[in-house]
Amino acid sequence: MTPAASTPRLDLDAVLDARDIVVCCGSGGVGKTTTAAALALRAAERGRRVVVVTIDPARRLAQSLGLTELDNVPRRVEGAGRNGGELHAMMLDMKRTFDEIVVAHADPARAEQILTNPFYVSLSSSLAGTQEYMAMEKLGQLHASGEWDLVIVDTPPTRSALDFLDAPERLTGFLDGRFIRLMLAPAKAGGRAYMKVINVGMQTFTGVIGRITGAALLNDLREFFTAFETLFGGFRERAQQTYDLLKADSTAFVVVAAPDPAALREASYFVERLSTDDMPLAGVVVNRVHRTGAPQLTAERSVAAAEVLEQHGGAKLAAGVLRLHAERVALAARERRIVAAFSAGLPAVPIVEVEAMATDVHDIDGLRQIGLELAGRQPAA
Amino acid sequence: MTWFPGVRLHVVSGKGGTGKTTIAAALAVALAGRGGKVLLVEVEGRQGLAGQFGHPPLPYAETRLARVAGGGEVFGLTVDPELALIEYLDMFYKMGRAGRVLRRMGAIDFVTTVAPGLRDVLLTGKVKESVIRRSGERHAYDAVVLDAPPTGRIVRFLGATDEVGHMAKVGPIHRQSEAVMTLLRSSQTAIHLVTLLEEMPVQETVDGVAEIRKAGLPIGAVFVNKVREPKLGAADLQKALRGGLDLDALAGALAKVGLEATDEAVMVLGVEARQHAERVSLENAERGELEALGVPLVELPLLAETIDLGSLRVLAGLIEAQ
Repeated sequence: MTPAASTPRLDLDAVLDARDIVVCCGSGGVGKTTTAAALALRAAERGRRVVVVTIDPARRLAQSLGLTELDNVPRRVEGAGRNGGELHAMMLDMKRTFDEIVVAHADPARAEQILTNPFYVSLSSSLAGTQEYMAMEKLGQLHASGEWDLVIVDTPPTRSALDFLDAPERLTGFLDGRFIRLMLAPAKAGGRAYMKVINVGMQTFTGVIGRITGAALLNDLREFFTAFETLFGGFRERAQQTYDLLKADSTAFVVVAAPDPAALREASYFVERLSTDDMPLAGVVVNRVHRTGAPQLTAERSVAAAEVLEQHGGAKLAAGVLRLHAERVALAARERRIVAAFSAGLPAVPIVEVEAMATDVHDIDGLRQIGLELAGRQPAA
Repeated sequence: MTWFPGVRLHVVSGKGGTGKTTIAAALAVALAGRGGKVLLVEVEGRQGLAGQFGHPPLPYAETRLARVAGGGEVFGLTVDPELALIEYLDMFYKMGRAGRVLRRMGAIDFVTTVAPGLRDVLLTGKVKESVIRRSGERHAYDAVVLDAPPTGRIVRFLGATDEVGHMAKVGPIHRQSEAVMTLLRSSQTAIHLVTLLEEMPVQETVDGVAEIRKAGLPIGAVFVNKVREPKLGAADLQKALRGGLDLDALAGALAKVGLEATDEAVMVLGVEARQHAERVSLENAERGELEALGVPLVELPLLAETIDLGSLRVLAGLIEAQ
């Protein structure tokens, strides 16, 4: 169902049938992981071999997918494929993904040196953008394995969930920075006059850091970057490959939102950001939309009737039910206005709405119902 | 007010979207209601605080956001880690010009990126400084409220000093880390978590409380935000849940007040009542999980969508009353 006749409807079945990669992004708390899982299930039941990569799913949703631990290995979800399709799921372990890259691209002695360095331990789990970057790294690996018809990834629920678009640049820019060069080999930089000034600054700096933190810290830092330097080239290259992969026509981005102003503001930002980078946007999913089956009974008439019933006493149930209905009609109207304002700003962006469920989804059947709604079908009552 | 007597540093965390910043602001207003000066600090550079008070974005300087009846005042501060580091180097090493050169070279950015723990130590260090700062005979601020990073990061953020302690084994940073940790672990600090009665936020809160306890940090209260009152009585909720509402009686009551009670309309209302009952039952189950934590719960109602000083005062009054 679409919010207005003029808004194009997002045809997710077409996306699931034809694309190799689907990236779900959106702000936290909008049902992004559930959407990713429901899309993956639907694709598997349409005959594709699918893997869904989730990040920090709700525990019961994870259990419904047979995921009990962060183990970075896709596990088959039983009873979730039809027409020859299969559904596999995994939870991303960011640090392990980073470790795997180090092990794969450095000789054993050097890898060991990097993995035990205190700076690596800190950097690999908390450098801004690392989680986003690792999600994309995993996506690249799964795609390259050739084992999957379709890879669906959930992105981290950060305010800047599209940081992964910058991540290749940021990570390589950071590792490649002038400052690191100077740290590693201050002698090479000598010669030009301005470099001398910087070198004086550098010595002051290292001297100060040494005094504040003890010299061991600086040695750890030097050792880390020297060891890490061998990985620089590989990083940049693969980051660029992943970026190109995301940009390809065989990829689709699905922006997930909820019908509240903050979530849709974030969604607008994502849509614009994706278009700036020329990324293939499929459309926007608006989750948790409220509707009523009895719109003819307006909020005003319901409240008025409830007041009359309350004055006469008795009929508490009827009064309560009418107040409930009035609240729901008002909420539905408010959400319609908010979504209409959003699509007025981005008239070419296809939208599909998914109705709010009274409770959270915890099983394959619930995901299947959401899948139907995502595909624009009426779910079974 | 008997609200956490002796606590001078209130750390407010919570899952994104639960209204953590609003609760931090309301708590600051409530504490200022005692007549003292309260500093509200944000450390993620989001400029979320100023908006709550209808104030333009804050500079890196303590700025008055509101006056509260009884002479109390709320000040706000947005801590910028880069400026905090330069301030820190200046204070201890008089690095004025060299500091600026390093900044241009990206050194400061480098340091705060490569060791995020170091950045967190600078931020918590600034908070500690504002807690212990004195103005003559008394503390400069009677209480400090920190709008902290979300639940998933809070222990790491507060415990960053341990991590940095491992890297910097001696020297002023090491000493600074120790001093911050001593304050955070003391009875002068309370860490509050904000949640909603929904699955994910409650799950994170339960995990967060366990993590905070394990780290030996003092847990304060759990704020349950945006709570809605059930619209039906307990007996009707039970019936609705089992699909046993008396729809004929409902149709009769609707007809009596002149509403056309078609079978379809009555059925829709019945479905809406059942969904409401399911929601309420889920919320009660989530509330049960929170009660099992053995931490004081502070329930706050859903107010208007946009928060202003008026709604902060309403929330502050409710916090005060619990």
